[in-house]
Amino acid sequence: MSTTRSPAGVSAHELRDMTPEQAMLAGTEADGVHIVHRRDRFPVRGTKAEKRAERGVALAFLVSALAGVGFVVAFVALPFHWHLPGTPQTFRFYTPALGGLLAVMLLFMGVGLVLWAKWLMPEEEVVQDRHDEPSSEEDRLMTQATLAVGLEDTGLPRRSLILRTLGLAGGAIATVPLVAMVGAMIKKPGKQLEHTLFAPNTKLFPPSGRIPLVYSDWRRVSPDDLLPGSIATVFPGVHEEGPDGKNGITSAASPTLVIRLRPGQQIEARKGQAGFGWPPDAPEYLAFSKICTHAGCPASLYEQQTTRLLCPCHQSQFEVLKDAKPVFGPATRSLPKLPIDVEIGSDGRQYFVARADFNEPIGPAFWERS
Amino acid sequence: MSTTTRRSNGPRTPQGKAAKFFDDRLNLAGPMRKQLNKVFPDHWTFMMGEIALYSFIVLLLTGTYLTFFFDPSSAETVYHGRYLPMQGIPMSRAYASTLNISFDVRGGLIIRQIHHWAALMFVGAMLIHMFRVFFTGAFRKPRELNWLIGLTLIVLGIIEGFAGYTLPDDLLSGTGLRIADAIMLSIPVIGTWVSFLVFGGTFPGDVIIERFYIAHVLLIPAILAALIGAHLALIVRQKHTEFPAPGRSEHTVSGERVFPTYAAKAGGFFFIVAAVLAALGGLAQINPVWLFGPYNPAQVSSGSQPDWYMMFLDGSTRLFPSWEVRLWGHTLAPLFWPTVVLPTILLTLAIGYPFLEAKMTRDTLPHNMLQRPRDVPVRTALGVMALTFYLVLFLSGGNDIIAKAFDISLNAMTWGGRILLLILPPLFYIVTYRICLGLQRHDREVLEHGVETGIVKVLPTGEFIEVHQPLGPVDAHGHGRLAYAGTQVPKRMNQLGAGTPLRHVRGFFYPVKEKPEIQAALDELEALEVDQHDVQHQLTD
Ligand code: HEM
Ligand code: FES
Repeated sequence: MSTTRSPAGVSAHELRDMTPEQAMLAGTEADGVHIVHRRDRFPVRGTKAEKRAERGVALAFLVSALAGVGFVVAFVALPFHWHLPGTPQTFRFYTPALGGLLAVMLLFMGVGLVLWAKWLMPEEEVVQDRHDEPSSEEDRLMTQATLAVGLEDTGLPRRSLILRTLGLAGGAIATVPLVAMVGAMIKKPGKQLEHTLFAPNTKLFPPSGRIPLVYSDWRRVSPDDLLPGSIATVFPGVHEEGPDGKNGITSAASPTLVIRLRPGQQIEARKGQAGFGWPPDAPEYLAFSKICTHAGCPASLYEQQTTRLLCPCHQSQFEVLKDAKPVFGPATRSLPKLPIDVEIGSDGRQYFVARADFNEPIGPAFWERS
Repeated sequence: MSTTTRRSNGPRTPQGKAAKFFDDRLNLAGPMRKQLNKVFPDHWTFMMGEIALYSFIVLLLTGTYLTFFFDPSSAETVYHGRYLPMQGIPMSRAYASTLNISFDVRGGLIIRQIHHWAALMFVGAMLIHMFRVFFTGAFRKPRELNWLIGLTLIVLGIIEGFAGYTLPDDLLSGTGLRIADAIMLSIPVIGTWVSFLVFGGTFPGDVIIERFYIAHVLLIPAILAALIGAHLALIVRQKHTEFPAPGRSEHTVSGERVFPTYAAKAGGFFFIVAAVLAALGGLAQINPVWLFGPYNPAQVSSGSQPDWYMMFLDGSTRLFPSWEVRLWGHTLAPLFWPTVVLPTILLTLAIGYPFLEAKMTRDTLPHNMLQRPRDVPVRTALGVMALTFYLVLFLSGGNDIIAKAFDISLNAMTWGGRILLLILPPLFYIVTYRICLGLQRHDREVLEHGVETGIVKVLPTGEFIEVHQPLGPVDAHGHGRLAYAGTQVPKRMNQLGAGTPLRHVRGFFYPVKEKPEIQAALDELEALEVDQHDVQHQLTD
């Protein structure tokens, strides 16, 4: 091996007489770093090859700088305001132009640095001692003794009263911030998940308290709005905001589907839900919660042909003619059914109302759900 | 007298004076030189961790920029920005300000997109890095702690990404949040309380954006930064592992010193990673929230995908059968198993693996040398098994898209996914195990018989044989005497002799012609080096 081993522990006087290279090598040896191989890539200065390499690196840095200038120019000068389709769409080039220039600036900076290291810096093979011997037996014994005596000094092993009370105080200090912080955030669930804003409200809608069904723009839903085989998303027409700051349309529990069957289609109602549709004896209109019983996505796709409702999130399918029973996918429960009826409005038209709230919690399952 | 000595010894250059200023106060000379001289090994697989680190830096920079313009508020507002299709639509201020960043802030869109791409790259690089560590056995003693820190980083990175994805409050992110709420609700006994705690009431409430914001820009990044710091500190303390090679040992690490070569290369690599992210952010659209619209619990867009690191949970949810348990008037939701239990099991296995392997193999020694995956067939096969399991889940997360693209029924996709999830991992275990053994055998064969030269000879007997080039000294039967040392074995003739430094022909289109006097000096040097080389050989032989 041609390692230039310099004795570790050279004096400052000796170091001052050394060339920088020698002093550097002395430093590596002092750090347990052995340079096995070190070779100037251009031992003869000024060769064409060296100049070529140097120019290559410099060119990379220059391109980087130019791209930076280009970025600033593009940033300031290019149009970026959005315009309607049909008008000049030059703004579409803004982000790609910035991205391209930024990428070129960064890339050539990076490439320049790497090439500089690879082409021009000396090639080196260096070996460093790991110094990963386990702690010496002496160290272990002394540290062990230090800890043991320190513990003895506190008297904790003897003074069990202090030990126990300290434990109590420590426990208190660890618990109190947790209680204060988490406690402030705890909200008692109560029965919120069991009800929706379809629950009858005699204060808002005297005397029956039956909640009108509305569209997202608060228009009331009339049976005439729907063609056979069609479907509409409706909400409880409650303007007042609940404790969660949401009204009938913004509440996440509200979205409900009204489906109008095609002539001849008959449903097999689930137990206890026989009269929920309208008209009650031969239902043509049905209303189901739109919130998937699996994980709460809106089950929004209705396939007229197969009379199935599809949830796009995990592909659960609900058979409408079986009262929205899950027939495929991970959902386990039918979509809850809203009992609906029709009232005559002040304009003389028929409008839907909810006769009562859903008879079970809507949406995904939770522990307290029976 | 003393003044003159001090003057003659003291530094005269400005840099020297600055160095003295700091050294006088901090005693840096010793420790600093140690760090400058520190040796880092180089292998392309070691770059995965670096990519993750650099993506994180890009995330910090772009994320801080976004905070200047983002309004983390669920309060309702009516949009009046430059994006005309949304004019007059009521939406949360969070969503409006995200539109604002995309359309009204000069250069805002590219920063948003770089931020999102960097998030995807961050988690992806961490995951690939983890598999590199796994397959090479870098997690073994003494590096189990860094394995655990790394796993924590991945989990936190995914949570951080999900929190960020939620912030714009668009239709997609709201749908994701809705599912996250359902997952919380599915936890037995405490689920409802957890959900109400997080949302401050029923979903979605009016605090979630605000809470996720502070978690996303302060809480989790601070923990991530601290853990990344600890991760790197442990690497410095324990030094990097390396692959076995001639001249390497358990007690040394070989490579390049930090200053200047490694620093230049690593710094350069940071810029290259940043450049890729900038290019993606500028040229590849990501999360175009203006196309999704504001969150609305009554709407969903079909074929929507979460960010890729969430897809495996989406997949497990789609594949898991619809089992609901009812107990004593309580409900255990089907969602609980694929989204809470399954990730917990996967994480537990990953946490326990280093300790389990050490126990099973009765290996209590520290290891600094990496292993080639083929040399540890059981571990490699287990890793491939885990990877297969993950990939089936991942692809199932997009099974509706695959079904549509190839015109397969969704039903078939779901059942196919379920069956493959159970069959493929053990199958790949066996196949991988066999491949590992085959590769091992071939290594031994080459060491014994030499490299195939491709030269076919006819013996006087008329027999055809292929000439093999032995790799080292051979015994009386012509069998190689080299033992396998855990390093790559050359398998082709042009891989032989790669250990000696190659002299490149300089010049791209034609060899460079040097001036005569320079050429003479070069030749002289070369002759000298060759001499030295020979002398060394004679000495070592
Ligand atoms: C460490 C990992 C991080 C990850 C994985 C991450 C991920 C994300 C993601 C996926 C988004 C959605 C972006 C979009 O709109 O498409 C996001 C948004 C955001 N992030 Fe981060 N982020 C990280 C760190 C940070 C940090 C450190 C900050 C600030 C100091 C930050 C600030 C923001 C802000 C303000 C937004 C909302 C702006 C918007 O969506 O336009 N992020 N983040
Ligand atoms: S949320 Fe509807 S299938 Fe999962």
